[in-house]
Amino acid sequence: MTDLTELGIKAIREGVKAGDFTAREVAEGFNANVAAAESLNAFITATPDKALDAADRVDADRAAGKELGSMAGVPIGMKDLFASEGVQTSAASHILEGFKPPYESTVSRKLWEAGAGMLGKLNLDQFAMGSSNESSYFGEVVSPWRKQGSDAKLAPGGSSGGSSAAVAARLAPAATGTDTGGSIRQPAAFTGITGIKPTYGRCSRWGIVAFASSLDQAGPMAQDVTDCAIMLEAMAGFDPKDSTSLDMPVPNWEAALSSDLKGKTVGIPKEYRMDGLSADVAKAWDDGIQWLKDAGAEVVEVSLPHTKYALASYYIIAPAEASSNLARYDGVRYGLRDLPEGANLQEMYAATRAAGFGDEVKRRILIGTYVLSAGFYDAYYTQAQKVRTLIQRDFMNAFDQCDVILAPTAPTAAFELGEKTGDPLEMYMGDVFSVPASLAGLPAMSVPSGVNGDGLPLGLQIIGKPFDEQGVLNAGLALEERAGFTAKPQKWW
Amino acid sequence: MPGWPWKNVLALQPNRRSGGKMSNYRIQGATGEWEVVIGLEVHAQVTSEAKLFSSSSTSFGAEPNTQVSLIDAAMPGMLPVPNMECIRQAVRTGLAINAQINKWSRFDRKNYFYADLPQGYQISQLYHPIVGEGELLIEADEKAGLPEDKIIGIERIHVEQDAGKLMHDQHPSMSYVDLNRCGVALMEIVSRPDMTSPAEAGAYLAKLRSILRYVGSCDGNMDQGSMRADVNVSVRRPGEELGTRTETKNVNSVRFVMQVVETEANRQVEVLEDGGRIVQETRLFDPTAGTTRSMRSKEDAHDYRYFPDPDLLPVELDDAFVEACKASLPELPDAKRTRYVETLGLTPYNARELTAEVETFARFETLLSETARALGKDEAKLATQVANWSLSVAPGVLKSLGDEADPANSTAEAQAKILKLQDAGEISGGQAKEIYEIVLKTGRDPEEIAETEGLKQVSDTGAIEAQIDEILRANPEKVEEYRGGKDKLFGFFVGQTMKAMKGKGNPAVVNQILKQKLG
Repeated sequence: MTDLTELGIKAIREGVKAGDFTAREVAEGFNANVAAAESLNAFITATPDKALDAADRVDADRAAGKELGSMAGVPIGMKDLFASEGVQTSAASHILEGFKPPYESTVSRKLWEAGAGMLGKLNLDQFAMGSSNESSYFGEVVSPWRKQGSDAKLAPGGSSGGSSAAVAARLAPAATGTDTGGSIRQPAAFTGITGIKPTYGRCSRWGIVAFASSLDQAGPMAQDVTDCAIMLEAMAGFDPKDSTSLDMPVPNWEAALSSDLKGKTVGIPKEYRMDGLSADVAKAWDDGIQWLKDAGAEVVEVSLPHTKYALASYYIIAPAEASSNLARYDGVRYGLRDLPEGANLQEMYAATRAAGFGDEVKRRILIGTYVLSAGFYDAYYTQAQKVRTLIQRDFMNAFDQCDVILAPTAPTAAFELGEKTGDPLEMYMGDVFSVPASLAGLPAMSVPSGVNGDGLPLGLQIIGKPFDEQGVLNAGLALEERAGFTAKPQKWW
Repeated sequence: MPGWPWKNVLALQPNRRSGGKMSNYRIQGATGEWEVVIGLEVHAQVTSEAKLFSSSSTSFGAEPNTQVSLIDAAMPGMLPVPNMECIRQAVRTGLAINAQINKWSRFDRKNYFYADLPQGYQISQLYHPIVGEGELLIEADEKAGLPEDKIIGIERIHVEQDAGKLMHDQHPSMSYVDLNRCGVALMEIVSRPDMTSPAEAGAYLAKLRSILRYVGSCDGNMDQGSMRADVNVSVRRPGEELGTRTETKNVNSVRFVMQVVETEANRQVEVLEDGGRIVQETRLFDPTAGTTRSMRSKEDAHDYRYFPDPDLLPVELDDAFVEACKASLPELPDAKRTRYVETLGLTPYNARELTAEVETFARFETLLSETARALGKDEAKLATQVANWSLSVAPGVLKSLGDEADPANSTAEAQAKILKLQDAGEISGGQAKEIYEIVLKTGRDPEEIAETEGLKQVSDTGAIEAQIDEILRANPEKVEEYRGGKDKLFGFFVGQTMKAMKGKGNPAVVNQILKQKLG
């Protein structure tokens, strides 16, 4: 019998449906892998019983002849940013340590309704702020990958680093992620898995701990494009509880998957050929161009002239929103309260927030507070919003000439843990290719394209028109078929 | 305050400047006259079952923290969803003050930390309010110190969330917080600094309250906090540049607003005349002492870091929505007052009294239509009679009875019956009051009361004639004197007749017969 934990969403769903194995067997397999992988620190909270309960329900439904959902029998990891009713939802912070919400996020609820089960709550950068999963209060996540001939611990990417590590190490067939400036795509690229951030508004933000409201989007992280299509379909949909939710029907992405790109045009943004782009990433990009041509697409050069301002704009807008979104963590109603002897209200706030937030979170709150303050607002926030509009316009102009854009996901392969923690700016630079699509609210996906000279995976990014997840998935599928990516991390944990 | 070297004077100026729009209110300082400039920011709670961004109830007086949703408590991952009823009420209010309705508006976050503000920000509208420039008329009222009509500009109305309430008296060392009010929709109605006397400020607030209650967008219950005003006051030498203003927060009655203007303006004059300067600051009103005191100055004011709320899309209204809001508006106070004078023939005073409060005009209009129906007459013919009854007769009787009266007995039907009896000459004014008294106490039918209690006028000419003949016979000298030219004696004969008839003689008939008999 095959190792069930090697299977992805589609294979598990079909196998359970066909009776080749039970959902419980699948859940038990992944539960065992989770329990055996503590050294990766991918999970903050394991919930094996929840996975088993969901599996038992699916097995019972199958036995009763009921129709099974699109995620039936698939146990998944849940990024610890999604509220899970009765289960600690920490955002990887001390300030929310022990917080058990009395509600379930819309996205996770939809996944359970589709038959998925929860293996546990996945580690992440604290409040999703970070690109390496080193800012978690619960400790860094270690990538299952290693450079050839090295034992150095590598970053799994961030902020959805628990998700990427768990899927890459087969602790879960799939996991949820959230992407504010690349937090699904970059960790997917670093760990050789596939992840898609849909159009802003596709997935409800209700019940997801907010980082930057105008950018946050949930999405799936899985083994391949097909699994992403299946899982995104289960996650997406209009939610009247989220004012920014898209009131549009969810297409049947899985059914319409096609890697035939005849008649499609792929844009290659010339501004993305920038300094700091590693040679192996440049090579992977060229490979990707050839693969898409092979799939029938026409390739054209496009221009996104305001790309160089994207990072600066992002690192104003996101912290500005975060500084306000995180004001609610004040020690008054839930979460950590640090009340020194004789402290007044202001002193309680200060003590609670000083103890409850990590350095990166504090850094962004300070930046956000600064850029919104009187006298600086126009110079920073207003200016950044103008740049954001120009970046959106760049993409709209580019999409006059092409259907999707192909670019690298990140400028380098995974770096070592600790390598960039001393220099936040260098860390921020790693988001250079992922941030523009976030600012424009566009669907974007990372697909593994191969490994570099160190044996580490690289990712290619497909950016699509608003609402055209199908175009993104199809181009991703074309890359996937031609890349033939089969590399896996050697098990050391 | 004793010992102050000036007093407020009402000096009517024959030649008013600015087309008669200048107030005659001046503060006489030791060094000369001072003008007062006043602007009001009124917070009015929007009448709505649910809060601005959550479905929690908004009813007053519930147990603490029983009307708090996950959104109101700002739990992680919770998102606001605008309640369109609150938007609709703000638009209707804007239309009622002839204001520009902004079809594109947006919510901003006002960031500050306080225990009554769970989100750490208030969702408000700084940059793009839903309602723009409007205006409001305050009517002349000599007695109240308002020599003529005046238009007060309204700069904007925006919609925002209310905060919760801190309770400091529940525990010796801790404060508790009640979030019931947190997230309730408020309209902030910002006037232009167009008011120049306590009377104008009071009249503005009273008129605004009246309009809100007509429209139904706010219940106007100032003692429950449904409506409260921040009072901006500055003083200047007549004709000079605006002075530095202070803002006195959360003043919750018309009388207090007038008091704040008066004490704050006088305080400022005192400071300035003593060579000091006014600090831009927030002040609190102490109703017991009747004074204001400093709360915080501009120096330690918050930097609110306003920015567009990224959880919310802009509010975009279409023409149909605005038209529907317009169509839903009732007749408003100014239009009603004009109609009462021009169509119903009421005096301006009565018209103003009747239109000031929703309940008053509603009772009046019901009674007028009921009376017109009962008598089969035009409303215009009966309006003055019904107005007098509604404004002075009926309230007088009700007041004199005190607790004995059950106001529920005072139906329009019963009152219309009394007015009909009076109109037909069957009862006198005095009898009408007596019948109404019995109605209020017992709820009995007025016609039945008139019959049973003998409260009817005698209009039977035979009976009256007989009585008059008897009186004339008993007073031959007076008859002679009258016929000799002492006209004043006519009243004596009327009085004697009415007395003899125990007040039940129909005065018109008595007069007529007396005139005939006395020749």
